[in-house]
Order: sequence, then C-alpha cells, then structure tokens
Amino acid sequence: MRPTWLTGRWLIILPPLLFLLVFFLIPFAFAFKISFAETAPRVPPFTDVITFTPDHHLHLALSLGNYRYLLTDEVYGVAYLYSLRTAFFSTLICLGLGYPMAYAIARSPKSLQGVLLLVIMLPFWTSFLLRVYALEGIIRDNGFLNTVLLHLGVISHPLRIMRTSVAVYLGIIYSYLPFMVLPLFATLEKLDPTLLEAAADLGSTPRRAFLDITLPLSIPGVIAGSLLVFIPAVGEFVIPSLLGGPNNLMIGRVLWDEFFGNHDWPVASAVAIAFLLLLAGPIAIYQYYNVRQTEA
Amino acid sequence: MERRSSAVLLSVLFFGIALLYLPIAVLIAYSFNASPLVNVWGGFSTAWYGQLLHNRQLLEAALLSLEVAVAASSGAVVLGTLASIALVRFARFPGRLLLTGMVNAPLVMPEIITGITQLLLFVSMMQLLSWPHRGFTTIVLSHITFCTAYVTVTVQSRLQSADRSLEEAAMDLGASPARAFLEITLPIIAPAIVSSWLLCFTLSLDDLVISSFVAGPGASTLPMVIYSKVKLGVSPDINALASLIVCGVGVCIIGAGWLMTRSDRRRALEAQLAGR
Repeated sequence: MRPTWLTGRWLIILPPLLFLLVFFLIPFAFAFKISFAETAPRVPPFTDVITFTPDHHLHLALSLGNYRYLLTDEVYGVAYLYSLRTAFFSTLICLGLGYPMAYAIARSPKSLQGVLLLVIMLPFWTSFLLRVYALEGIIRDNGFLNTVLLHLGVISHPLRIMRTSVAVYLGIIYSYLPFMVLPLFATLEKLDPTLLEAAADLGSTPRRAFLDITLPLSIPGVIAGSLLVFIPAVGEFVIPSLLGGPNNLMIGRVLWDEFFGNHDWPVASAVAIAFLLLLAGPIAIYQYYNVRQTEA
Repeated sequence: MERRSSAVLLSVLFFGIALLYLPIAVLIAYSFNASPLVNVWGGFSTAWYGQLLHNRQLLEAALLSLEVAVAASSGAVVLGTLASIALVRFARFPGRLLLTGMVNAPLVMPEIITGITQLLLFVSMMQLLSWPHRGFTTIVLSHITFCTAYVTVTVQSRLQSADRSLEEAAMDLGASPARAFLEITLPIIAPAIVSSWLLCFTLSLDDLVISSFVAGPGASTLPMVIYSKVKLGVSPDINALASLIVCGVGVCIIGAGWLMTRSDRRRALEAQLAGR
C-alpha cells in the first residue's frame, strides 16, 4: 500500500517541480555561463564557454571582460543607481498613498470591501502596457491634463511632463499602486479591533492608538507591499521606454538596448546577473516573509 | 477627530481610485473620437473600431496571442494546482523549500531578467536537443512559468481554507485518496481554478517583455505589435484596440471575482444550514 501512495505523491510533486526547475531556475545557470562568453558573429551570437577537446578534455573559456566592461563603462553604474533611486522614491510615494487607501478599505463595511477590492484589483490585472499608454494620453503636451488646466486658466503654457523623470515616477506609481494596497489591506483586515477599543478605554487618543498598535502590527504588510512595488520597479522597462526621455536610463532599458540594439548577448547576460545579485537581498526578504505567512 | 480622519481616509481612497481609472476612461472616450487629431474632439464615431478589422498584422498577432493565452493558462492551471496540492497537503518532502521558492520568485522577478534567462535556455536547448523552435512553443513555455506562480498562490489559499474533514470522511467510507480528492476537494477548489485560469489568460495576453525575448524573429504577439506602434506615439486605432482589450479583460476579471465570491457565499450558506 505504502509504495503506491508514495508514487502517487511524487506524481503530484514532480511535474511542477521539474517544470519550474527546467524553465525558471536552470535558465539562470545558462545566463551565468553566457555572461562569461564573448560576442561572436554567428548563431547564437556568442562563443562557447564549455567545450570538449577531441581527446575528451573539458575546456573552459571564461572571459571576465563583460563584468570588467560593466565596471568601467559608467552608463551601467549610472543606470543601476538611477533605477534604485527611482524605485525607492516611487515605493515611498506608493506607500504614502496606498496605506490610507488600504486602511479606508479595511475600515469600510464588510459588504463594501469586496467591491472596493475588485475596483483596486481590476487595473492590476488589466493590461500593463495599455495602462502606460493610457497614462501617456493624460500627461502628453496636448493631453487631457494640459487641455483641462489650460482651459481652466490654471496654466498659460502646457506642462512638460512626458520624457521627464516626473513621467517615469507617475508611470510607476500609477502602475504599481494596487501591488501596495492589496498586501496592506490583507494585514490591516486581520487587525483585531478589540485591541483599539482596549487602547481607547485606557485613555489613548486615536492617533496614539494608531502609532502604538495599528502601525506596528501592519509592518509585514508594509514590507510585502513595498517589496512588491520596489523589486519590479527597479527592473521596469516599459515605463521608462514609453514615458521617459533619453536621460531616464533605467537598468531594464539598458539591458533591452544591449540585447535588441547591440545584439550583445554576453554583456546583456552579465547585466542581468549583476542586476540579480543587486536584487538578491530584497527578493530573499520577500521570500522569507512569504514563507512565514503561508506556513503560519 | 474620528470623523475627520475618516473623511481624510475616504478622500485619499477616492483620489487613488480616480487616479487608477481616469487614464482608462479618457482612453475609451478618445477611441470614439471622429477626428484623427488626438487632442481635438471631432464628434462621435466608431470608425477606428471598423479599421481594426482591416489590419491584417493586428489580426494575426491577436490570433497568436489568443492561442498562446489559452495554451499557457491551461498548462499553468494543471501545474499550479498540482503545486498547491503538494504545498498544502504534503507537510514534508525533499524539495519543498525549493518548490515554495520557485512558485513565489516569478511573482517579483523583473520580467526582463526572466525573459533573457529563458531565451538563453531555449537557445542552448536548441543547440543540444534541436528543440524548441523559437515562436509559439517558447512563448507558451515561458508564459506557463509565470502563470503557474499565480495559479499556485490562488489555489493554495483556497485549499488551505478547505475543510479537510470532508475528505477524511470520504476515505473512512472507503474512497481511495484519488477518488476522495476528485469528488470532494476538486469541486471545492474548482472556482479558484477557473478564476486563476481567467487571470492567467489576461496575464498571458498582456505580456510584452518576456514574449519579446523568447519569441524569436518570426512571431509577434499582440502586445509586441502594439508596443512598436505606441513607440511612435498616440494613434486613434490603438485607442480603439486598447479599449476593446481593456473591456474584454475587465469582463474576465469581474467574472473571476464573481465566481470566487459566489462560491464563498454558497459555502457560508451551506455551513450555516449544516448548523455550524
């Protein structure tokens, strides 16, 4: 009896495990390998890193040139820092806007919560590319915002937002706000209201009760939401490419150009690996919180 | 004090919701603009929608995207459901931590990294195994990867809240574990499976970055065609197409949400009737 049960178990575990191993984890090994290759005019456009000589000896041709190039060409350093800074401040603004939103939903009547959540979720699932495009319709020089403001006489010249950092910030906040609200709501909803009642009975002001009870207990949500915004925002490609100008070089855009523009696959791989190392910390924290939450 | 802070909270909530919806509303409004000039209102017209039907490139890309979305979400639903069963029901097995990590990481991994690493895998596999050819197959495989993560998370939470004792009762009455699962547990998690299929369908239909890397020179999905058009600026026929997609996806999502809440309500009602 036991052996069949065991095989049955592995029939369930193995398909997803193997699939994700082959198509999610192992690709990183290939990217790592190819980041040590050199470009070559052939298909695929890079040299072999691992070859076997005719007498069956393993031959490694590792080139550190790509990583040296990343360190010496200042475009990469500038792009990494710009991406980190942009993602960081966008995350802060999302938090400032998303926290009161999540709090308001958590305090609204239960019957309304489902609808409000769906209203927040809907853009989150709706086409990312098309939402960025829709935002362009609002902020471009002859777009909706400028038309309205000019009409009302608030401004006399159209605001120049497209192709600036402001456009990139707006794009990230607009696109990623739902990622912030959902995890925050999930923790705020679980908050026991009797704790706040107890605090009020003991004479604490609502502000004090918020700072002493609500805020500390919502920290897991703050962390989860912030990382859900920060990590993808650092690697954002569509937003800086469609809304930003030539100065808004984020690392995702540099990687894209290296790959599709210069056809330099090894350098693009090295950029990806360096980028992944940069994100390893935040991703590990996210995983830690996630595992703790699902196991709890 | 209490009332004032509520008012502030509610106004931030409505501001946030307005921020999320205004661009889409303006986009849909402009898709009915008769004037080809994007900033001049030239009266109501559905001409741009008619033009879409004559754009072969868009139609072909749309067809490819739909085929990919159906294949990828179906594959992901199977793998994701298996993964969630493994994670919820089997407390201990070798590779459990690895599986947990691999279903969560794609949710936050920047698409650009996933895209380039998967392309390098496919190219290397092609060299070693002469499979897969870049195009439909590679796009589907890479979409299954990130969709599986979303399915697992959705089904996992439903499975965690499912009442295990029903399944145990079935097995006490002589049902095999497989039969108990198929007849008891599967119907309970079915709404989560259907709604995650719909979510995967929309995610796959929307993906630009990963598809661009793995598609190869021959194949173009709808987002890839839209991106190359949008790069050139705002155009009225893209407004029409975007409105269609946004509304279609909206219907899918509302359907998915409705399925989940309806089954929640029914379960609550049944629990009540059962006197619990």
